[in-house]
Amino acid sequence: MIEIPELALVALVGVSGSGKSTFARRHFAPSQVLSSDAFRGMVADDENDQSASADAFDALHHVAGIRLRRGLLTVVDATNLQPHARAGLVRVAREHDVLPVAIVLDVPEAVAWERTQGRADRTHGRQVLTRMQRDLRQSYGRLAREGFRKVHVLRGVDEIDAARIRYEKLFNDRRELTGPFDIVGDVHGCREELEALLLRLGYVLRRDDAGRPVDAVHPAGRTPVFVGDLVDRGPDSPGVLRLVMGMVAAGHAICVPGNHEQKLLRKLRGRDVRLTHGLAETMAQLDAEDPAFVAEVATFVDGLVSHFVLDGGRLVVAHAGLKEEYHGRASGRVRSFALYGETTGETDEYGLPVRYPWARDYRGSAMVVYGHTPTPEPEWVNNTICVDTGCVFGGKLTALRYPEKELVSVPAVKEWYAPVRPLVAPAPARPDAVLDLRDVTGRRHVEHAYGTLTVPAENAAAALEVMSRFAVDPRWLTWLPPTMAPCSTATADGFLEHPAQAFADYRAAGVDRVVCEEKHMGSRAVALVCRDPDGGPFGPGGGVVHTRTGRPFFGPPLDGELLGRVRAAVGAAGLWAELDTDWLLLDCELLPWSAKAGGLIREQYASVGAAGRAALPAVLATLDAAAGRGLPVGDLRARMAARRADVEAYSAAYRAYVAPTDGLAGVTLAPFAVLASAGASHVERDHGWHLDLADRLCAADPGFFTVTRRRVVDLADASAEADATDWWLALTAAGGEGMVVKPYAGLAARSPKGSLLQPGIKCRGREYLRIIYGPGYTEPEQLAALRRRSLGRKRGLALREHALGLAALAALADGAPLWRRHELVFAVLACESEPVDPRL
Amino acid sequence: MLLTLTTTHRPATDLGYLLVKHPDRMHSFELPVGAAHVLYPEADEQRCTAALIIDVDPLRLAGGHGRGRGHRQAATPDTFTLGQYVNDRPYAASSLLASALAKVFRSALRGESRDRPELAAVPIPLEVRVPVLRCRGGGELAERVFAPLGWAVTATPIPLDEAHPRWGDSRYVDLTLTGTLRLADALNHLYVLLPVLDDAKHYWVAPDEIDKLLRAGAGWLADHPERATITRRYLAHRRALAGEAMARLAEQRLAEEPPADSVAEEDRAEVPRRPALALRRREAVLAALAESGATRVLDLGCGPGALLSALVGDRRFTEVVGTDVSAHALTLAARRLRLDRLPERQRDRIRLWQSALTYRDDRLRGYDAAVLMEVIEHVDPPRLPALEDAVFGHARPATVVVTTPNVEHNVRYEGLDAGRFRHADHRFEWTRAEFAAWVDRVAATYGYAAQLRGVGDDDPEVGPPTQLAVFRTTGGAPTAAGTEEKK
Repeated sequence: MIEIPELALVALVGVSGSGKSTFARRHFAPSQVLSSDAFRGMVADDENDQSASADAFDALHHVAGIRLRRGLLTVVDATNLQPHARAGLVRVAREHDVLPVAIVLDVPEAVAWERTQGRADRTHGRQVLTRMQRDLRQSYGRLAREGFRKVHVLRGVDEIDAARIRYEKLFNDRRELTGPFDIVGDVHGCREELEALLLRLGYVLRRDDAGRPVDAVHPAGRTPVFVGDLVDRGPDSPGVLRLVMGMVAAGHAICVPGNHEQKLLRKLRGRDVRLTHGLAETMAQLDAEDPAFVAEVATFVDGLVSHFVLDGGRLVVAHAGLKEEYHGRASGRVRSFALYGETTGETDEYGLPVRYPWARDYRGSAMVVYGHTPTPEPEWVNNTICVDTGCVFGGKLTALRYPEKELVSVPAVKEWYAPVRPLVAPAPARPDAVLDLRDVTGRRHVEHAYGTLTVPAENAAAALEVMSRFAVDPRWLTWLPPTMAPCSTATADGFLEHPAQAFADYRAAGVDRVVCEEKHMGSRAVALVCRDPDGGPFGPGGGVVHTRTGRPFFGPPLDGELLGRVRAAVGAAGLWAELDTDWLLLDCELLPWSAKAGGLIREQYASVGAAGRAALPAVLATLDAAAGRGLPVGDLRARMAARRADVEAYSAAYRAYVAPTDGLAGVTLAPFAVLASAGASHVERDHGWHLDLADRLCAADPGFFTVTRRRVVDLADASAEADATDWWLALTAAGGEGMVVKPYAGLAARSPKGSLLQPGIKCRGREYLRIIYGPGYTEPEQLAALRRRSLGRKRGLALREHALGLAALAALADGAPLWRRHELVFAVLACESEPVDPRL
Repeated sequence: MLLTLTTTHRPATDLGYLLVKHPDRMHSFELPVGAAHVLYPEADEQRCTAALIIDVDPLRLAGGHGRGRGHRQAATPDTFTLGQYVNDRPYAASSLLASALAKVFRSALRGESRDRPELAAVPIPLEVRVPVLRCRGGGELAERVFAPLGWAVTATPIPLDEAHPRWGDSRYVDLTLTGTLRLADALNHLYVLLPVLDDAKHYWVAPDEIDKLLRAGAGWLADHPERATITRRYLAHRRALAGEAMARLAEQRLAEEPPADSVAEEDRAEVPRRPALALRRREAVLAALAESGATRVLDLGCGPGALLSALVGDRRFTEVVGTDVSAHALTLAARRLRLDRLPERQRDRIRLWQSALTYRDDRLRGYDAAVLMEVIEHVDPPRLPALEDAVFGHARPATVVVTTPNVEHNVRYEGLDAGRFRHADHRFEWTRAEFAAWVDRVAATYGYAAQLRGVGDDDPEVGPPTQLAVFRTTGGAPTAAGTEEKK
């Protein structure tokens, strides 16, 4: 039986004809085996071309490295008889912090020679084989020294044939433990506080005859996890060790070592260790203990594993934290990182090493909980948290309840030890507020709660420009509205869009109830408003109002005034308390259109109208004069007269969206969805709830907010549908843009088959569409051509952006790290650079 | 779209012979974007008017058949992408009208007439009306281009929207030209100058347009005081083409009226000459880099590569990296540096990367020096801390050279209204005190020592037009706040 780690680089060692390939085939999947012959074939079209060996091994090492990085067991099928060949494999294994393992296949030379002769593609002579046998003999003594952590030798054909492989887990792999856990920060000999914390967490302590605690059990079966640094500096390191060792021995707790345990072990082993940083206190305390206990301590510390991967890989605990590449890996440097962290090689003004802020760059999905660096308050940084709150320095002892993510602390009894460096208050800005280019650029596969999206590199490049040049601070940019598809093209005479198709679209998708919301013709405005006008959880500022592409809406100071009005209305409507939140994310339309788009209206829309209104009367006058002379201009005149009427109608259409404003005077906001608040995404709430809250804002400040008129339609009820259609006709006849039809169930509504539905379908008015499709789009031949429009691309885009938006709201509610939230919002913007017909 | 042409020459109906279009019939022609019609609203012995009406088919103009064709949006999604469907082309005179003119009145444009050759050769009283002409530069430019050719010009602005009088005038004018000219000359003037005033060609301008321009402009363009504007606009602002056309125009003048030795001087005198600020800024930056002893340098926000070419030209720089957030700017920079034609050894010194200064970028670490030349003022002030972190905290070159406008100096720029920035995309422009405060704060936070300089003539009152700061690392590591908690 051969035992190898689940993740390892396995080198098969043996002469030509020793049966390596057969062995590999029998015990491993073809994809796990990298054969030097195959790589020679790949790079040289000839498996036996020895001149290609260097290139072939280059490629083999590269592929092996990629597999190991991805956490895949890899077997190398080559003779591996030369030290330099094996050194290359050991190097690849070390680079990826996996264990190199050797399996030696040793068959009698005669057997190997017989097999070689039986193969047409092997032409080397017997003397080559003899030399290989000599190399093999010499290899035996070297393998372990070369760095192979396990060397299995199979002698003879029978032993090789009988061999079976068994996989063993790494010591750090405790994924089967699912908790719940209580992860305890650095104790440093503070036994009294540890007892208090355990009691506070609900544990029952068991004491020995001397009254000393030696075990603790939780009635609900919770497991304490100690992040190390149990000893040094504090008043009772032996007491802490006795309790923790007892719990670990009883299987009631798990523990990783800290750098202080490591140093203590070296001292106990008689090494020359300086008695600094509180080790002197520990040694003095241990002097009073039974030597047998001290020996137990040494054995305990020696047996500790430097980090654990827990709960199916969702939780990692290490004393000084652990970067993602090292999770579940085993090597000297992984252990060193777990114990000491990574330092920059510099020291600060107190002479202490400057630690590299690995957590700031952490992008892993596993939560990492660690200690080592005392801070006054634990803070989440990219799904990592340091729970060392400096108890021994007079701070407190803290535990993180997992999976609840709750912090529980007890204060220190006193300052047991004076800190070299004062415990500083955390900096005002979160350290993860800085984004890295790697978070957003290149071709990206964005996996999220609602699916997976591939962002092409060129779309990311375009979005990068918009995002970095024009958008608001990423901390405030929590969500972007998805683009919206129109209803299927109408069949009714004279219409390109009509409610009948919007209803039919949802009916076909299995929806039974929809809400028709008036589509305000203004500018989309997303408002993130904090209760505190200067602060809030997103950084200083109190909120932001941005456009559908993430730009500041009007810019200062108007955006601040606008937020002030929203903040006041939210307060007056009682929503802060009701939703138990200090911030709200609102989806709104800001009216009138001219407030934000005045330049566009004058430059583009009004200009076209001015040209048309001036040109067509002149043309008609000319034609009338020509008609007076008897020229046959009838058809042309009729066409030009129709065109004149179209231009007048077009002018009326854009004029409806122009109203005088001065600062915020004349501006109103029409909210229609409450997307999220502290700890909650509201996408599962139905639109009745959203509109009710919107109505309350309107009631709180009717001068500033505009009500969104709506009709709820049961799609089985033909009369309700007819009523809603009449309502739409009246609305659009009066100059309204149209309506948006949404599944009543809410933003995240799904079809009966479980797939996400379009969150809304727009159904735009006949007159409004003149400013989209051109003044004369209603002319029969134009309309006929436009009816061939294709909606598939737009619908697909709308759904992809919608799914990203839902994921962004979920990430916001979960308090996900900034890079993750930004990745999702960025992807929405990247989708927007997809080429789609802008008229849809 | 309409143009009328009236004469009071007697008999006025001879206009029909000159145009080869009988006044009592309606004449129709197919165009790529619709149809052209010639008809006469009046035609008697005293007065005869020919009207050219273009009936534009919006479907054909949009280039499709109403199907949603994918069009890649510009980098900024807020730009107006509906322009190809909602536009003034069916109504306003433009290059479409000029093309129709050439097609419909081909022989008249050449001054030929089978029936009235003597009349085609002499000036006759003419009145031209274009009721809607998009006129970039306003009626005043219409006056400047037509008046030197013998026309009396009336250009009446058209209001933008009578429902919104406060919006004022539109970009359109109702143009009337009167004069006594050869019909062919009149038509050639219109053929060239209507698209010039409209300044938006409906087709791709190919090099053979130069020949068309010179042919239609024969006898009047070479001496026209606005020939530079006319040429540039006619050739759709394609600089290379315009330059070639101007050279050929100058040749014509020399051939026609030697010796005209003042021409070159005149042309040059149009632009006041003094060392351009951009050039002095580049020199100041290069000098600062030279002092620093840097050999591997970053040009952050390199744009189309004006500074890059200077850096590449200097052998002391062994590696030159240009970054910009705009992929388009990098393409222009690559073209300017002729990257695809450089020998490998040269090419290996140069890298162009898309990068955004508000994000950390590991590729930018480990360089000797970085230049932020006229870059920071394009970043919104709330986003500046992210830039500071990415450049001074993360990339952390030994030397950083920053230039930015000195807003105090703006009062010295004529034509720059008070309170306006020098560039539409500037998010701020700082006084000397504001820049100095920023430099101090950044230097203190990130462990740099900084020195301030000016670029350009140092005005005793308002200072130099450009401010420059050179940051150098002070050797020591930044404070813990600088690595772990800085923002």
